[in-house]
Amino acid sequence: MSEKTVHVDEHRDDEASKLGMWLFIFTELLLFGGLFLVYSVFRVQYHEAFHQSSLELSVTLGALNTVILLISSMTIAMALTAMQKNDQKRALIFIGITLFCAALFLFNKYFEWGAKFHHGLYPGSELMALLDRGHLLYFSLYFFMTGLHALHIVIGMTLLIVCYFQVKNKKINNKDYVLLENGALYWHLVDLIWIFLFPLMYLIS
Amino acid sequence: MANNTTHTIEYKTLVKILLILLFLTFITISVTSIHLGALTVTVALLIAGAKAYLVLSNFMHLKYESLLLRILVAMVFVLFALILVITFIDYAFR
Repeated sequence: MSEKTVHVDEHRDDEASKLGMWLFIFTELLLFGGLFLVYSVFRVQYHEAFHQSSLELSVTLGALNTVILLISSMTIAMALTAMQKNDQKRALIFIGITLFCAALFLFNKYFEWGAKFHHGLYPGSELMALLDRGHLLYFSLYFFMTGLHALHIVIGMTLLIVCYFQVKNKKINNKDYVLLENGALYWHLVDLIWIFLFPLMYLIS
Repeated sequence: MANNTTHTIEYKTLVKILLILLFLTFITISVTSIHLGALTVTVALLIAGAKAYLVLSNFMHLKYESLLLRILVAMVFVLFALILVITFIDYAFR
């Protein structure tokens, strides 16, 4: 009787994992796409009101947050490079910087929204109810779109914190780093959305 | 079982991409502060498109991914553009 050895590989398909992440990213892009569609239609209809409302936003804070997000996007890409080079220490540092940038972004957002709230401008406030249709639509879209984006920042941070500890425990290593790749992809998505949100919300004149 | 085939992008390249992105951000802000009328939005969106392309192809490694994935990503943007155009045609001829 001949003996047969059966070779069993651990089931793992990084390509499929990444494809799955991308499919999820497509749904996210279309989610924000729908909001951008609503924004474009009303922007054309209430051109003057949208222009006036956008002047209320601080371009400096918006620009600062753009720079912060772009830097964080680079550092998370660097974390992946470090992992591929089997440099655990650097990978941890880069994920740490990314998380720090994310917190800084939210910190700025807190002040930006805080100033609006202070002036009585927030969804459901008496001031909002008094605004005409164009201004109301602009600020509703502003709060909803930047709010939804901020929620994505929080989700992204959670995902990256998980990645941080997985790298630390060597669950993510230079042979198996697809989780970090997918976490980074999500983070880049957040950056990608902001690239369009910033000029459309802050810079229209 | 080296399963991952992801291309490694050097730190230097990533820094270069970031510098271009920051430069483009700077241009967007300065262009929109001078009043070009309807052109302003077009320029701002074109620059945003260029930035998105850089992020997608470099930071998100699409440059080194399979053709299938690249086509899929492109299709999402084409789909969105179609929806946008069709919606505006609807509004224009109402």
